[in-house]
Order: sequence, then structure tokens, then C-alpha cells
Amino acid sequence: MPFYRNIAAKIALLPMIVISLTVFVGCIIYSFVYSLTNSKLVPVMNYVGFDQYERLFKQRKWDVAVENIFIYGFVFTIGCLIIGFLLAVLIDQKIRGESLFRTIFLYPYAMSFVVTGLVWKWVLNPTFGLENSMHMWGMTWFELDWLVNRDLAIYAVCIAAVWQGAGFVMVLMLAGLRGIDEDIWKSLSIEGVAKWKSYIFVILPMLRPMVVTAIVLIAAGVVKVYDLILALTSGGPGYATTTPAMYVMENFFSRANLGQAFAASIIMFISVVCILAPWAFYEFYLRNKYANN
Amino acid sequence: MKKFFSILLTIFVPLSFTNASKAAGHMEAEVIHWWTSGGEQAAISEFAKAWEEMGNTWIDTAITGGDNARGTTVNRIIGGNPPTAAQFNVSKQFVDLVEQGLLQSLEEVASAEGWRDFIYPPELIETCEFEGEFYCVPVNIHSWQWMWINNDVYKQVGLPVPQTFEEFLAGAPKIQEAGIIPLALGGQGWQESGMFDVVASSIMGFPLMQSIYRDKDLDAFRDGRFESVLNTYRELNQFTDEGSPGRLWNDTTAMVIEGKAAMQVMGDWARGEFAVAGKEAMVDYSCVIPGKEKYVALGGDVFVFPKNDDPKVKDAQLAMASMMVNQTVQAKFNNAKGSLPMRLDVDTSAADACMQMGLDLIQNPDAIMRESDDWNTPAFTAAWGDIISEFRNDPNYTVAQVMDDLEGVLTSGL
Repeated sequence: MPFYRNIAAKIALLPMIVISLTVFVGCIIYSFVYSLTNSKLVPVMNYVGFDQYERLFKQRKWDVAVENIFIYGFVFTIGCLIIGFLLAVLIDQKIRGESLFRTIFLYPYAMSFVVTGLVWKWVLNPTFGLENSMHMWGMTWFELDWLVNRDLAIYAVCIAAVWQGAGFVMVLMLAGLRGIDEDIWKSLSIEGVAKWKSYIFVILPMLRPMVVTAIVLIAAGVVKVYDLILALTSGGPGYATTTPAMYVMENFFSRANLGQAFAASIIMFISVVCILAPWAFYEFYLRNKYANN
Repeated sequence: MKKFFSILLTIFVPLSFTNASKAAGHMEAEVIHWWTSGGEQAAISEFAKAWEEMGNTWIDTAITGGDNARGTTVNRIIGGNPPTAAQFNVSKQFVDLVEQGLLQSLEEVASAEGWRDFIYPPELIETCEFEGEFYCVPVNIHSWQWMWINNDVYKQVGLPVPQTFEEFLAGAPKIQEAGIIPLALGGQGWQESGMFDVVASSIMGFPLMQSIYRDKDLDAFRDGRFESVLNTYRELNQFTDEGSPGRLWNDTTAMVIEGKAAMQVMGDWARGEFAVAGKEAMVDYSCVIPGKEKYVALGGDVFVFPKNDDPKVKDAQLAMASMMVNQTVQAKFNNAKGSLPMRLDVDTSAADACMQMGLDLIQNPDAIMRESDDWNTPAFTAAWGDIISEFRNDPNYTVAQVMDDLEGVLTSGL
């Protein structure tokens, strides 16, 4: 393809290319270089090799953070998809007051994660939240200590996150469902396929683009989760709900341990690349290749 | 039209006057600090008032949370837009800034006014002095070494007010039976490790603590007394409530004030909360420095003055540094803050019973103790605090494991 073809479009794209190269690639290189130093409060060029990485992998806290991000990623993604899809299917049943329900379910998404975090912090707090109310109503057997139980706290975070994210997935799915041709439904009912079967085996595969979009958007949210946890648990009890992003921020700011923060962020970057690269390779390269053949 | 001009006049005439007055020796100073609660604001405004009485302008940049405020300061210094003055703790937090030559030396005013003669205790001078020059101004002394106790609770269960952690633990089951939470503790990392250090100093004494925290002496660390501190700490934690994780320190103090809980271990800034609630020291509540040997820790705040290309800023910085150590300003500031002043010749007649205890104690050099962050970097104290916090929250984290992990931090060279 000759260079001057679509020259106007290429010129228009130039600033974007320059910005992404300098900001993204530049910052990644900068972070990597300084992750090899023992920078504390300010970046200094004091080379220590891979010491920061060695220290990072010895941290119990980092292990907990990595484990949490997997639990959170899995539960949040699956939870949002299932609940979002179910809500979309239910709303798709030509119910009365559809727009009202749609608004209600989508409303949490309009809130910031900080607000969601605070609301659920109060609901789940055992001394003045739901548990306390239930006790006052005489149901003293009721126990809801997820937020203060170190094994369950991360799932409390997932609940809050799903509550916020499910509505968004619902809207995406609903848009997909509305795009399904009436004729497909007609043929399905002529064949006498049960409704739940047609949703799962026929309609869901047709919604593939919606599902992929939803997963990409959710996954991006998983890696950068920070504000929700900060508002809900601040990483506690202990550091039971800490995440890699929190670990990085902590070392950047409160702990004045820049080298360690850079090392952790490089590891975060590498793991994201490791997960995304095979998928992107398939989605953007292999599929096109087969499609073109 | 006439009215329009009169409005214009009323707007612009005063403006032009203020501009005129600004020209003569007027200095402007932006100060970053994290004093946002009621008592704290009253304290910082004493500085602001004194500064404005000198005919200057005070630009107040209050940022909630010490971490955030310090982060902002560092970012702005590195970004080339430093504030005139910024708050740090008495600690190693700002050493890097000094070493990188980013802070203004205050030696000119320090030697002219003889700071080395009146700053007390001399340990504070050590914090601020680098290669014979002053780089920070200590403004107050805060000590962590306090148990805050609701007297009514102890009267109610018929027990004397405990003077040590052992006495507290002996009485705690009885308090629990009475339906009161024995130990109010906010489950945030800094509160958990703060209380740990109070337990540590009261059980093993300051000299041993110093050889562990400062000298990183592994024999001292392994001689068995540190384990007993860990065991006592774990015992204490049985007596907290399940609402503890993430609770703020002042909400926790409120539980003691209201009689929902019997005791909280917290620094002397908690006294402000009791005062605001109208409680009287030693009548409604007791303040106890636990242990046989009583210590007062040298926590507290300093202000540093980042270097600036503008020579006028330097004048303002030196003037402000001198104002902060001024006797009258110190008296007003510390009375509002509830902290001890950094010089002995300050009028403290307004001090209550608890503050008086601190004032008496600090005159005895043997009773003065340092905190871990006087010797160690924030990275070290944070790594240490993580382990303590995890120890408190995870019952499966054994003392032996904790000892190994803490030793790892001691030898890490952080």
C-alpha cells in the first residue's frame, strides 16, 4: 500500500500515535527502568538489579493481592454475565413497566464505585447494618459478618461490584435480544423448543458480540479495581482484600517506596499482556485469516 | 447609570487599596497540611492568624489524610510547583527530600535565634538536623503511649481502673459479661500497629525496643520478650468487637466516651475528642500510661520548606519558620491542638490533668522514647505494620511465623 494513500487520515491519526507512544510506551519503559533501582520517595538512578522483584514475590501481601484479583475477576465477571443476562431475559418478556425496571436495574451503574462502596459498607457492617436491624426485629439468629470475616470479605466486595455492574450487562444483552429476528422466535416455537432451551442454545450464541463486549469492559474494570475496595474495606480486615492496584498505589504514595511500586506495576502489566495477548491474537488475527480464506 | 458607576466604585476602590497595601513587605505563603478535624483546624488557624497579623497572606491547602497530603507535597516538589511550607511527621519521611537537595535550609534563622538552645527534647533537633543545618521546624510532640478509660464502666463492674495491660486483661472478662466491649480498637493498619508499639514498650521497655527497632539486633529480638509482647497483643485482641475492621479512630474513641467500650489505646490527640464531648480528665475518664516504666513518645509534626527559585519565597519561609517556634504562637497552637510544645518555656497553664502528666514526664530524659519511624523509612514501618495487622486479623498466623517474617523485615535493609 503506498504511503500517501489516505494521507489525510494518517496525518489526523499522527497526534494520537505520538501520544500513545510517548505516554503509554514511554511510561512503561520509564517504570521498568526505575523498577531496577532502589528509589524511595523520589526516583533516583541507583541500580540494584532485580532486587525489587525478588522482594515483591516474597511478600505475603502480594500473594494475597494476586489471589484476590483472581477471585474478584472470576466472581465479578461470571456474576455480572449471569445476572445481567437473566435480568435482560426477564425484561424481554414484554412485561409491563419495562422502562421503569430498566431504569432501576441500570441505576447503580450511574454511581461511582466510591458511593457503591460506602453504601455496601453500611449495609454489611455488623454493628449498625443489616445484621443489627435484623437483630432489632427479633431475628437474633441472623448473621452477616462477611465484611469483617477475612475469608469472606473479598466476596462481599464481589457482591457490591456485581450489584453495580449487572445492570450494565443487562442493557447490553437487552440490546442484543431486541436485535434477534422475530422469525427465529417463530421457527423455534414451531419446532416446539422449550423457551429456556432456546435462550441458552440458540439465542445466547447469537449474542456472542454482546458477550465479548461485556467481558472486555468488565475485564478492564477488574484489573484497575481500586476505588471500590478502598471505600468498602480499605483492603481490610488486615490486608485480606488488598489488590495489586492497591499495592502499587500504597507503595507509590504512603510508603514512599517507588522502586517496589514500579516493580509491582510492571508485573501487573506483564500479567495483563499474558492474558490478553493470546485472546487478541485469536480475535484479531486468526479469525480474520480464516474468515478471509 | 449613576448607580452603575457607584457599584463599580464600590468594587474597585477597595481592591486598589488592598493592592497598595500588598506592596509593602507583604509575603504570601501556601501551606500544605492534613489537619482537618475540629481541634486540628483550630490549631492550624493559630498559625494562620499569627502569620496574618504579621501582614502576610496565608493560603491554606488542607488535604485529608497524612498519606495524601505528603504525596501531594512530594508530587508538587518534583513537578516544579512546590508549596511554601508542608507538614510531615517527626520521622524519616522527608529524608530523601533533604538528600536530593529539595528543601530550604533554615540554618540562617536557626542559629540566629538559637534554636539548638531552646528546642526540647534535643532528640527533636536530631530529626531536623542534617550535616549541621536545620531543614525542618518541629512544632509539637504527640505521644502514642496512652490508655483512655471510661471510669463509669469500671465503677459499674466494681473494678479499679487498670494501670497495666495485665490488669486490663484480668478485668476484661468481667466487663464482657456486663455487655460492654472491653477493648475499643479501630481495625486500620496504623491503629493496630500503633497499639502494638504501646504494648511493646510497656512490656519490654524502651531500651530493648530501641535495640530491635534501631539497631536491628537479632539477639535482642529473639530473647523471648518480643514473643511475650506478641502473645499479650493476641490476648488483647480477643476483647474487641466485630465492628472493628476499618473503623476510624475517632469513632472508636466515641465508643469509650459513650460507655459502649471500656478502653482504647490511642495517642494523646484522643483527648480532644473527650474535651469536645464535655468530659473531664480523671473524673469521667482516665488517661493511663500503661506499664511500670512510663514513657512519653516523641511523635509529632514538623514543617519543611521546599526550595524555590523565587528569592521572595525564601524570605517568607524563614519568617514563617521563626514564627512557628515563637513562644506565644507555640502556646496558642499547642493548647488548641492538645499536644506538648517543643520548648519548655511556654505557658501551659491551660493544660488539663492528662496533659500535665505528659508535661511532667517529658522533663525526665529517661522517660522519653522514640518511635520506630524515627529510625526507619516509611517502607520499613509499613512492611512491619502489615505483619502486625495480619497477625491481629488472622488467628492462624502463628507467633513463630510472625517472628520469622518480622526478622525478614529487620534484615531486609528497607
